[in-house]
Amino acid sequence: MSTLQVSIYRYNPETDSAPYMQEFQVDTQGRDLMVLDVLHLMKEQDNGLAYRRSCREGVCGSDGMNMNGKNGLACITPLSEVVKKGKLVLRPLPGLPVIRDLVVDMGLFYKQYERIQPYLQNDTPAPAIERLQSPEERDKLDGLYECILCACCSTACPSFWWNPDKFVGPAGLLQAYRFLADSRDTATRERLTELEDPFSVFRCRGIMNCVAVCPKGLNPTRAIGKIREMLLANAT
Amino acid sequence: MVTNITNFGRSGLSDWLVQRVSAIILALYTLFIVAYLLLNPGLDYATWSGLFAQTWMRIFSLLAFVSIAAHAWIGLWTVTTDYLKPTGLRVGIQTFIILAIFVFLVWGIQILWGA
Amino acid sequence: MSNMRSLSFDAIIIGGGGSGLRAALELAKSGKKTAVLSKVFPTRSHTVSAQGGITCAIASADPEDDWRWHMYDTVKGGDYIADQDAAEYMCSEGPKAVFELEHMGLPFSRFDNGRIYQRPFGGQSKNFGEGGQAARTCAAADRTGHALLHTLYQNNLKNNTTFLNEWYAVDLVKNANGDVVGCIAMDIETGEVVHVKSKATVLATGGAGRIYASTTNALINTGDGIGMALRAGFPMQDMEMWQFHPTGIYGAGTLVTEGCRGEGGYLVNKDGERFMERYAPNAKDLAGRDVVARSMVMEILEGRGCGEQGDHVFLKLDHLGEEVLGKRLPGIVELSKTFAHVDPAKEPIPVVPTCHYMMGGIPTNVHGQAIMQDADGNDQVVGGLFACGEAACVSVHGANRLGGNSLLDLVVFGRAAGMFIEGALNEGIDYLEASESDIESAMKRMTRWNESGEGETVPELKRELQSIMQNSFGVFREEANMQKGVKQLAELRERIAKAHLPDKSNAFNTARVEALELDNLMEVAEATAIAALDRKESRGAHSRYDYPDRDDVNWLKHSLYFPTEKRVGKRDVNFAPRTVDTFEPKVRTY
Repeated sequence: MSTLQVSIYRYNPETDSAPYMQEFQVDTQGRDLMVLDVLHLMKEQDNGLAYRRSCREGVCGSDGMNMNGKNGLACITPLSEVVKKGKLVLRPLPGLPVIRDLVVDMGLFYKQYERIQPYLQNDTPAPAIERLQSPEERDKLDGLYECILCACCSTACPSFWWNPDKFVGPAGLLQAYRFLADSRDTATRERLTELEDPFSVFRCRGIMNCVAVCPKGLNPTRAIGKIREMLLANAT
Repeated sequence: MVTNITNFGRSGLSDWLVQRVSAIILALYTLFIVAYLLLNPGLDYATWSGLFAQTWMRIFSLLAFVSIAAHAWIGLWTVTTDYLKPTGLRVGIQTFIILAIFVFLVWGIQILWGA
Repeated sequence: MSNMRSLSFDAIIIGGGGSGLRAALELAKSGKKTAVLSKVFPTRSHTVSAQGGITCAIASADPEDDWRWHMYDTVKGGDYIADQDAAEYMCSEGPKAVFELEHMGLPFSRFDNGRIYQRPFGGQSKNFGEGGQAARTCAAADRTGHALLHTLYQNNLKNNTTFLNEWYAVDLVKNANGDVVGCIAMDIETGEVVHVKSKATVLATGGAGRIYASTTNALINTGDGIGMALRAGFPMQDMEMWQFHPTGIYGAGTLVTEGCRGEGGYLVNKDGERFMERYAPNAKDLAGRDVVARSMVMEILEGRGCGEQGDHVFLKLDHLGEEVLGKRLPGIVELSKTFAHVDPAKEPIPVVPTCHYMMGGIPTNVHGQAIMQDADGNDQVVGGLFACGEAACVSVHGANRLGGNSLLDLVVFGRAAGMFIEGALNEGIDYLEASESDIESAMKRMTRWNESGEGETVPELKRELQSIMQNSFGVFREEANMQKGVKQLAELRERIAKAHLPDKSNAFNTARVEALELDNLMEVAEATAIAALDRKESRGAHSRYDYPDRDDVNWLKHSLYFPTEKRVGKRDVNFAPRTVDTFEPKVRTY
């Protein structure tokens, strides 16, 4: 009665010539566990199962994966929210190379993040205390700085699937806008110049998969729209 | 910044803007033509030809042709860069698209201003 | 071993959390060949979970604020075994370190005048305890750790720090002279084992809350640096001192920030009584964490706990209103809904004291240099070895850490270690050589697991270890129970030494990492247990039924655990700050 049927993507490059789906029966004892708890129970059955995890409370961004077709964080996704007809299908985040089981190579994702120069740039001499910022200016960073780099959004984005080397992707663009929107950053023009090519920003087609899957409830599509507005204002 | 030479403007912003402006022009042109057809139920060749004999209509049509050429190029360029990963194939198809658009454009102009 | 690849750095920093990244940043800016080796991508480190803020006298909420008041609170909070020279250094250097973070881009919340927002936290006072509650904790909503860690990572990217991400440090390499000359590390993705040579090795591996069954700590907090240092024979300081955070979510163990009480929330028992008024008439819910945690356990033991089992209390926030909750504590609202199925704007959150922080660790001076004792009991610096952050015991937290002081500890002493190593490297240090046998002994346990044939498996043994620690070394402790615990741990150590790793593959083998982590949990647990049994008094977080009072005559000392003999010694507490008068031990009330 409290047995959950889990189908999980398996691939070990040392022993498997191709990935395959493996079936597990997990005894949940009727509890509404988080998907990550279920993975722990599965790992006790099969020591070799590989997945990333760290904080187990949705702030470190380690355990992004595809659960019954939708990207999310395993540690804050309860079974009641995701299981359909007593079945759970777990796959790695789509669109990135698989290293093993649910562990993907996030290299391209991080490269796009690094490309937008994700750090404050200010060419004025720093004061002896903090730089002042009004609460209203600070409010502009809400909904942007909270990103945990879990890659749920970018790996749900077809534009990122097609051009992961050229399109920055929703996560990177959210951070690009986080620095464009910061009243303390003075590199606005340089940042915009880096983004005006046909790929970096403009491959966004506004389908909003990123918004639908973001486990932190952030809205990269809106940030991308704001970047477009800034580019337009800057160039006309 | 991602550099790319087959995109003429080399700017995503101008592509984006052109795409939207051309879409508006095409929408207006389409609305106009549909409205004209609805308002002239028994349309004959003379009336139709008369419409296109007027300079403003020729300019409006040319604008629509140029818009459709630009819109099609940007759109198809995007599609080919998304889906056609082998470079040779992509450049080949892009060349074909450019030539086709060019031919249609010149042909269109010839129809408008031709005898 | 000769076929093992080796990498060389001026400094290798093991751990990519707040203190490791801060140390790395200092070294990267100076152009030293620095690498951060982290078993997770750096922004997945546990610093990311810190919520409430970073306590520091930046004189924003109160223009009259003084770092000396903060130092007084810190020393008193630590029940007088915090080293006063270290507390002085942290509190006086703190503002500089916090302003640097702001200049790097940390998105602090703001007051209307544009300065950094500060909120009240537990144990904070003005004017050396005479001026009432202070508001000294600088905050970025309730996501300060996340904002801090990302800012530090971003600035390391800016300064081109080398990252060895998803690499696991197995053990320190120590030469015949007793100096640390690098470490053995495994690239988790490929399984390749590498000898990392370095002139300076910094342990910034964080805490080890996972020795307990119920903890706010991330799954990765397995005391890897402590384990490595203990296996290398170095002593640990004050390992009996574990902080139990008053407000871990009942059942899940996830943290609910003290900032909730700072913003005006309070604890109630099953009768709806605000019971902290009885235990700490002045500070109430903002007394030291040890005091609040003990009071909660007393309420539960005396039958005033909430819920069907009467085994937790409630944290009431609904009176703050949705606007304050949304603005100041948005993360808590999220966590409560996810893990307690409670909307704090409407209902109280069920909470229970939960293991949170390791005050003890590798003894260091303010420069992050690891310290050991010579035969005469004098401090001696360990060549090549540094520690900072939670893994280190400087000691600024003494027997009980104040809320918001851990993030300050990370950045101040990460920075200090970085600056000191930079200076030392400028003076010129050569690579010290390690012999084949030095490397082989550092490879010993890795080899053991890789050759294990059959036996018990890791998850089962880990669960047992956690339950022993939870049952015998919790909020309240007592001789017989602790003796039982020490004995059980000794048996468990034998079993772990024979345990089995079924999966021996190379590519991203997380089972191997968990096996190696279990060894470290074992080391930390045993050091904790033996040190706890030895300290025959109650001080700060260490509370004994059988010795309920503080004993300044015999125990105004650090404990020092020597792993080779499993013996506990003592080390003097520093009572000689440079610029202020010594804070003499007083009775600690709130």
